[in-house]
Amino acid sequence: MVNGKYSVAYQAFLIISFLSVAFNHYFWPLKRCVLKTILNGRQMAITIDRLCHQLIENHLQFENTVLIGLQPRGIYLSGRIHQTLLKLVPGADIDYGKLDITFYRDDFNQSKTLHVPSETSIDFSIENKKVVLIDDVLYTGRTIRSALDAMLDFGRPASVELLTLIDRRFSRQLPIQPDYTGRTIDALISQKVRVLWNERDGNDEVILID
Amino acid sequence: MSLSVKHLLGIRDLQRQDIELIFQTADQFKEVLQRPIKKVPTLRDTTIVNLFFENSTRTRISFELAEKRLGADTVNFSASGSSVSKGETLIDTVNNILSMKVDMVVMRHSASGAPHFLAKHINVPILNAGDGINEHPTQALLDAFSIRERLGSVEGKKIAICGDIMHSRVALSNIYCLKKLGAEVTVVGPPTLIPKYMAAALGVNVSYSIREALEWCDVANVLRIQLERQNTPLFSSLREYSLAYGVNRELLDSLNKEIVIMHPGPINRGVEINSDVADSGQSIILDQVENGVAVRMAALYLLAGKKTE
Repeated sequence: MVNGKYSVAYQAFLIISFLSVAFNHYFWPLKRCVLKTILNGRQMAITIDRLCHQLIENHLQFENTVLIGLQPRGIYLSGRIHQTLLKLVPGADIDYGKLDITFYRDDFNQSKTLHVPSETSIDFSIENKKVVLIDDVLYTGRTIRSALDAMLDFGRPASVELLTLIDRRFSRQLPIQPDYTGRTIDALISQKVRVLWNERDGNDEVILID
Repeated sequence: MSLSVKHLLGIRDLQRQDIELIFQTADQFKEVLQRPIKKVPTLRDTTIVNLFFENSTRTRISFELAEKRLGADTVNFSASGSSVSKGETLIDTVNNILSMKVDMVVMRHSASGAPHFLAKHINVPILNAGDGINEHPTQALLDAFSIRERLGSVEGKKIAICGDIMHSRVALSNIYCLKKLGAEVTVVGPPTLIPKYMAAALGVNVSYSIREALEWCDVANVLRIQLERQNTPLFSSLREYSLAYGVNRELLDSLNKEIVIMHPGPINRGVEINSDVADSGQSIILDQVENGVAVRMAALYLLAGKKTE
């Protein structure tokens, strides 16, 4: 190639086409199209505030209530809610734990990729407590089913409620409904809801991608 | 994320990422083992056979507990009292067991390479629980996991492996594992118990003085003398071995630092290690046993995820 068999222009064309193919191959996830913003940063803050007020309506001083965020994505929401509640309910000491459901999934043999477990930290008893499970997106309901199983290994709670930021309705595969919902949406199976968090992604936003 | 291997035959076949993935998973299983209900339903549709062609206490119980705590069904097999004594071959034995719908095999055998041989002939994941004088991968993983737990990391740490290096599968697996994780390793023992060309082949330091090695190291892993594998006498007597290479309190007190003492068991008290060392706060021998269950759960979990591929 270097000894003049092909023209310089043709060589340049080859290099550029190779680079563009490589670029598209490597960066294809970025090219997935963002259909719309479901919640922007300001709306998210308002929604989380509203969810906290709804929790206070039902749980007042939280003396018998514990919060459990689901790993890996629900813990950002649960962390925000825990922080906001501590500000809104002065003097309250709210127990807050994180629960990983990897070992309780019902698709261990079906899924192509193996799930790497995240940390579980529940350093309090949930026996006879009112538990609020917190996750970012409720879709098929299977994660929550696994979470209920995982949670019961820690004790028998008095009641369990479910809080989610986004509820993808009409897509449930199990009879599970949220008690507190940030926003209810309709989306196609091919579409994905991504919740971005400042701590991890640099900004707060909920987007619908295809 | 998943392992790069289908079987856990030895540490030699693993990448550093595999070892780190096993540790990361074992951390979470360790938490599971602290819960009031120490059992998860992950492998409830999996049946695992424990094939022990050689004696074992710790490894066997540890594997069985790991399997049960993952929700798997277990079948136990030991060579004594089986049809092996009637002349059945290894492949026949295993194929007969597998035709009863068993999904994974955990195997210990006195012949080096037995699980590697089996891996060529059967289609389910195999975990090597020790093969002859070759490898004992889960022991090395739990040893490195225990070092990581005690000292924060394995990278850059100095580890002395003391005793019968020649006949110890624990030594070989430990060397592979620690080197892959970036630790420095010295093997120490009588010249007759250290293979020639060890330093060149495996990149370890060789020392014949226990005091020198202990002064150098952060962690000493003391091994048992494998008398059952020694066909010819390689040292004059156990008493003499103990005097020259036994780890005792006076020796440890004369060092200018406190090192961590490990032992893979079974211990021959008064030979390679004295009771006042084995039962002291410096020793993490029982932590190793405790971590063994979590590490084996991690290995089983990660390999079971491979069985459908």
